Amino acid sequence: MDEMHVKPNGEVSIVLSGAAGQGIQAVEHILTRVAKDSGFYVFATKEYMSRVRGGNNSTELRISEKPVYAYVDRIDIIVPLNDNALERLRSRITDKTIILGEPRYVEKENNSIGVRFEEIAESFGNKIYENSVAIGVLSGIIGADEDALVKHISEYFKKKPEEVIKANVNAALKGYEIGKTLGLKFEIKPNEKVKSQILMNGSEAVAKGAIAGGCNFISSYPMSPATTVFTELSRLSSEYGVLVDQAEDEIAAANMAIAAWYAGARGMVSTSGGGFALMTEAISLAGMIETPIVVHLGQRPGPATGLPTRTEQGDLNLVLYAGHGEFPRVVYAPGNLCEAYQLTAKAFNIADKYQIPVFVLTDQYLLDSFYNVDEMPQVQIERYIVKTDENYRRYEVTEDGISPRGIPGYGRGLIRVDSDEHDEYGHITESGEVRVKMVEKRLRKLDKIKEDFVMPKLFGNESYEYLVVCWGSTQQIVKEAIERIGNDKISMLHFSQVYPISPKVKDYFDKAKKVIFVEQNATGQFANLLKLELGVDTSHRILKYSGYVYSVEELAEKISKEVE
Amino acid sequence: MFETKIYDIPDADIAWCPGCGNFGIINELKTALAQLEIEPQRVVVVSGIGQAAKMPQYVRAHMFNGLHGRSLPAAVAIKMVNPELIVIAESGDGCTYGEGGNHFIHTIRKNPDITNIVHDNQIYGLTKGQASPTTARGQVTTLQFDGVYVDPFNPIAVAVALDASFVARTFSGNFNLTVELIKMAIQHKGYALVDILQPCVTFNKVNTYQWYRENTYLLPDSYDPTDREAAFKIATDTNKLALGVIYKNPNKPIFEEQLAPYKTDKTPVAYRGLER
Repeated sequence: MDEMHVKPNGEVSIVLSGAAGQGIQAVEHILTRVAKDSGFYVFATKEYMSRVRGGNNSTELRISEKPVYAYVDRIDIIVPLNDNALERLRSRITDKTIILGEPRYVEKENNSIGVRFEEIAESFGNKIYENSVAIGVLSGIIGADEDALVKHISEYFKKKPEEVIKANVNAALKGYEIGKTLGLKFEIKPNEKVKSQILMNGSEAVAKGAIAGGCNFISSYPMSPATTVFTELSRLSSEYGVLVDQAEDEIAAANMAIAAWYAGARGMVSTSGGGFALMTEAISLAGMIETPIVVHLGQRPGPATGLPTRTEQGDLNLVLYAGHGEFPRVVYAPGNLCEAYQLTAKAFNIADKYQIPVFVLTDQYLLDSFYNVDEMPQVQIERYIVKTDENYRRYEVTEDGISPRGIPGYGRGLIRVDSDEHDEYGHITESGEVRVKMVEKRLRKLDKIKEDFVMPKLFGNESYEYLVVCWGSTQQIVKEAIERIGNDKISMLHFSQVYPISPKVKDYFDKAKKVIFVEQNATGQFANLLKLELGVDTSHRILKYSGYVYSVEELAEKISKEVE
Repeated sequence: MFETKIYDIPDADIAWCPGCGNFGIINELKTALAQLEIEPQRVVVVSGIGQAAKMPQYVRAHMFNGLHGRSLPAAVAIKMVNPELIVIAESGDGCTYGEGGNHFIHTIRKNPDITNIVHDNQIYGLTKGQASPTTARGQVTTLQFDGVYVDPFNPIAVAVALDASFVARTFSGNFNLTVELIKMAIQHKGYALVDILQPCVTFNKVNTYQWYRENTYLLPDSYDPTDREAAFKIATDTNKLALGVIYKNPNKPIFEEQLAPYKTDKTPVAYRGLER
């Protein structure tokens, strides 16, 4: 093989491309685990069409000797699984990209390597083992551990008959042998530390964070990309004692989660923008009856059905203003898996403490991205339920606005909550005087909520000239883009709590010569919010709203232009 | 038997019109609870919005007065979290069969152990006299000036069609029957619907106390409510409305009992982790 095939930088970016139903996800699932157990850092993310069969989907796997957490445009190896798998990705294929696959899919391409996956699979008894062959070939190319390959192939097919498992293992081993002899060398040094880490994606991080926060109730209605969080909690329901209901619609789901908190559970809903739109009246109910709810909203591009399987940060305004009337709320937007875990757990504590709706705002990109992580940090479950007596008043007016919250059956008090304006006992009222007291009591909580503000994280030099501001899932892409630019006058400020904003953060802005906002939406919703809250200059904005996530290269170029 | 006054809210400012059927229902509910000797601390009355939905405001028990149409999802969730509570979802025909129609269907499918009392006065009271889902075709209302031109919703037939585990209809003016049916519904294991025909003296001049007396009849003792075909026949006969237990299927699994946290441990999720 010629020189072009050798990438000595300790990293390879592999893209698998094919139709829905061709097994790309199985290859991703197994190969990421094989790579991780071989001691390689792994990052994987997928982009897919809203269909169950056909079309074109792709998965990117970055396998590296250094930590990798972001999507890149660069493709070192692309594996087409059918005859039109390359077309949509043409712009990312350069003269350095190796095209590896069935000869009939790749033979017309420059820089291609044909491997007869099908034929090899058939030699082990069935054409359908071709994905195992492909996994083997790729494992051979990256120098993965052979035992890890055998282990994960066997594990994936463990419910199949013994001979099928064996055939897949042998097919993969044959592929592995071929992969090693193709003459492609990616010198990736294994790291022992990685082997003991766990592979996780955003959905698991949110679901496990919910469990860590004491979530024991979920009612939801399936909607991409948020369904996976619901599924994960359902899978964990026996182990962790979670009440699960697939509700008839999102309206039921949200009302159920609120009523579950009322009765003493810690409930959540997982939905996307369209589903959440149906829940907004219930959010207002939570505001009025001062009963917590945790909402996980996995964003996708709207309006309406939009691009159901793609990504966007377009629903910040929706959660900020959802629900009629005035009441406090908190919005988190995690930037990585660890934050997704911690902030989801925290959402339950904060919802309980202040008796308010708390949002965890993610998106398709974060939910569907995998990488290896250390064990997640310990989180304390904080519970605020009180035992009541006969004289209990659910809406007792207090200095900080928080009325101790009882639940039915725990103590002798009666728990009376009312969506109408109410007095301290929860009884309906039209007294203007009581109304004013209750409005002020509810809004007073906001002052204390700000004490629990999660400060934004500064990445880079403290004495910066340029400050790149971002929120939510773009954290790691922006970070790597700035590292790539290599200019120590540029730093990044990432917000994982986007509402309410503490005035303390204004200092970061005052220090900067120029502030550049990066958002994955068309109007710069977070920039607009900060302008409103802090009055800072938000005139420099890098925005993307194609439904496709930013790449590191693309952002590096755009940020570079802003600092010229 | 407990005294009914233990369920009274002192100084309640009741928002119902004089002569409203709701006064009958509130007495019937309190009597049923008293006869069953259920402490206020064990009962949650969940309601939506409407004149009927004000019921829990006037009953001393736990109260979840939520959103219009959403009494059932809230009731189901409360029962899931704490199966030891007696959960009564109580609202009107508009709230339950109109705004909350989808929840009505799916709650019956789930079969949680809750009681669903529907004040069915065949009109909208709180919004002042528009047609409800159960208003008769042709009836002139404050909105339908030429009369209603859609068929009424038949909650009993829908419930029987969905194999609801307990379906009863009564008339608020029949005190003893209503008390008896509410008691049976509370004691029934599974979802229990009690559709209570109730005059709206202000906005429904058709379905009056007299009209209900003349157009209803009591199911005979010989009637077998477990016969689904017979029940469906009774349910679809709208010339004269049958009162009593119309249908019963006591053999259905209970929703909350099948949920993962209760498979090996019956402790309500509500109390787990709390010192009792």
